[in-house]
Amino acid sequence: MLGAFQDEDGALTLGNLDALTSEAAVSALKGSLILSASTALLGAVLGAVLAYLVVSLPPRSLLRRGTLALSGVLAQFGGVVLAFAWIATIGQVGIVTQLVSDLFGADLYGSGWLFGLPGLVVVYCYFQIPLMVIVLAPAFEGLRPQWREAAVNLGASTWSYWRHVAIPLLTPAFLGALLLLFANAFAAYATAAVLVSQGQPIVPLLIRQAITSEVILGQANVGFALALEMIVVVTVVMVAYSLLLRRTSRWMR
Amino acid sequence: MTDHTSSHGLAVALSDLTRVYGPVKALDGFTLDLAPGELVALLGPSGCGKTTALRILAGLDRATSGTVSVGGKDLTRVPASKRDMGMVFQAYSLFPHMTVIDNVAFGLKMRGRDGASRRTRAGDMLDLVGLGEHADRYAHQLSGGQQQRVALARALAIEPSVLLLDEPLSALDAKVRVQLRDEIRRVQVEVGTTTLFVTHDQEEALAVADRVGVMNAGRLEQLAPPAELYSAPASRFVGEFVGLSNRLPAEVRDGVAALLGREVPVLPGSTTGAGHALVRPESVSVVADAAGTATVATVMFLGPLSRVTSTLADGTDVVAQLASSDALRLQPGDAVRLEVAPTPVLVVA
Repeated sequence: MLGAFQDEDGALTLGNLDALTSEAAVSALKGSLILSASTALLGAVLGAVLAYLVVSLPPRSLLRRGTLALSGVLAQFGGVVLAFAWIATIGQVGIVTQLVSDLFGADLYGSGWLFGLPGLVVVYCYFQIPLMVIVLAPAFEGLRPQWREAAVNLGASTWSYWRHVAIPLLTPAFLGALLLLFANAFAAYATAAVLVSQGQPIVPLLIRQAITSEVILGQANVGFALALEMIVVVTVVMVAYSLLLRRTSRWMR
Repeated sequence: MTDHTSSHGLAVALSDLTRVYGPVKALDGFTLDLAPGELVALLGPSGCGKTTALRILAGLDRATSGTVSVGGKDLTRVPASKRDMGMVFQAYSLFPHMTVIDNVAFGLKMRGRDGASRRTRAGDMLDLVGLGEHADRYAHQLSGGQQQRVALARALAIEPSVLLLDEPLSALDAKVRVQLRDEIRRVQVEVGTTTLFVTHDQEEALAVADRVGVMNAGRLEQLAPPAELYSAPASRFVGEFVGLSNRLPAEVRDGVAALLGREVPVLPGSTTGAGHALVRPESVSVVADAAGTATVATVMFLGPLSRVTSTLADGTDVVAQLASSDALRLQPGDAVRLEVAPTPVLVVA
């Protein structure tokens, strides 16, 4: 953090913060926020549905245990390996790209969307959805059968049970998982570093450029300022989360 | 003054219910009738099918065959949400994210009642169970006994046609159990709702029920008022399951059993010839007698009553329940004479 307020020679300065208002920095922040928010939302919704389906299976079911185990692995399956897997699958000469081209004459690769922000959204979902599954599955398991039975016994339909009982009970866990997914995507670096070769659409890549660029030297402290900016964003999201949690989980205190 | 009484006391009939789970027959031709406003306790060991019967009545489980009717209406295929029954579960069934009053009002909300009338009715129900001052608390801020009282208020708030109690006291400590047991009975009598109470605790069943049904292996062994069930068990299982029984060698001839040198009438259903009589400890008296053929083995002090175990010459142990003032005069090793009260006994093969 201190580095964000120092120049190359170690003297205190606010100059590095000016760089945060540059077009590249603003665009990268926007890209990071869009990428993190969209993959957090997609991952949270799709992951929650998948978690519910998995938890609905009998506890000893092979499919349930297999899906949870696979989710545990895929949630950690980011980085270079993931990026390569996607390139090998739907890259310019990827297996699926070739197959679709041969069978249907369609160009899946298109203008190279995989290597821009849309591609990152798709690829990030590959670890965001499994992460949501392993984080939210225990919350679904925590829904006691007695609550559903009590609700039904008191006249609730399936929809009423979900609306008045299950969703309010799951909300704190869902919000917590959503925050985790946002932070997970916001801080992810390696996958994007391998996939994106042109431009710096997200903040971590801009930080890399600032620290390792051989074209513009002496930008390391700008990188520190960008890192500080990321910390501030995550802090703001966490404060918003805790305010929201306070409203939705009064009953937990 | 609030009127809690209900005109919802309806007759309930469970007819020839069978429930099969794979190779297990949880219910096997189970039949039970409840009179309007009656409280029947279903008693039996774990796995005897009592909870299955209750869940089928609630609509939370489906019978493989047989019918369920309430007030003469066939409910066999009616979903649980439309059956108009209140249920109190074993524990932890309150919605943790709702306050006590919102929990109690939940069923009314599902029935489309407006907010003001919901709160009034829920408040009345909380007063009925003595928790009016806890309306704004959450479940985790209440003791186990209070939570079950809220669950009872919630079940009654919808003015159910039938009240179902699924071992509602089993998770509570002994003192609270007794208090809440008495309270359940008081409230049930006050509102007059037909009630089915499932428990594995015989003291609980005998204390609260108008009639007790003893279940074994998916069937109803006996359905009778508590005193009758205790004093005149219809089968060996009931005799051994309800209360404590001595199994004493006996010879039955002409409806009379020769037992410890005395003739005692036998209950219907008894075997003839040689068998074992099921004799309650309180039907046995112990008399200090140097010429007696039994020997005191142990004296167990239980407060106002004590349990004295004596051994007969053939090695059979006989348990007697005596007033502690009499029992404490006896010492292990004393020679005693055992006598059996002339009340009818069940003799089994």
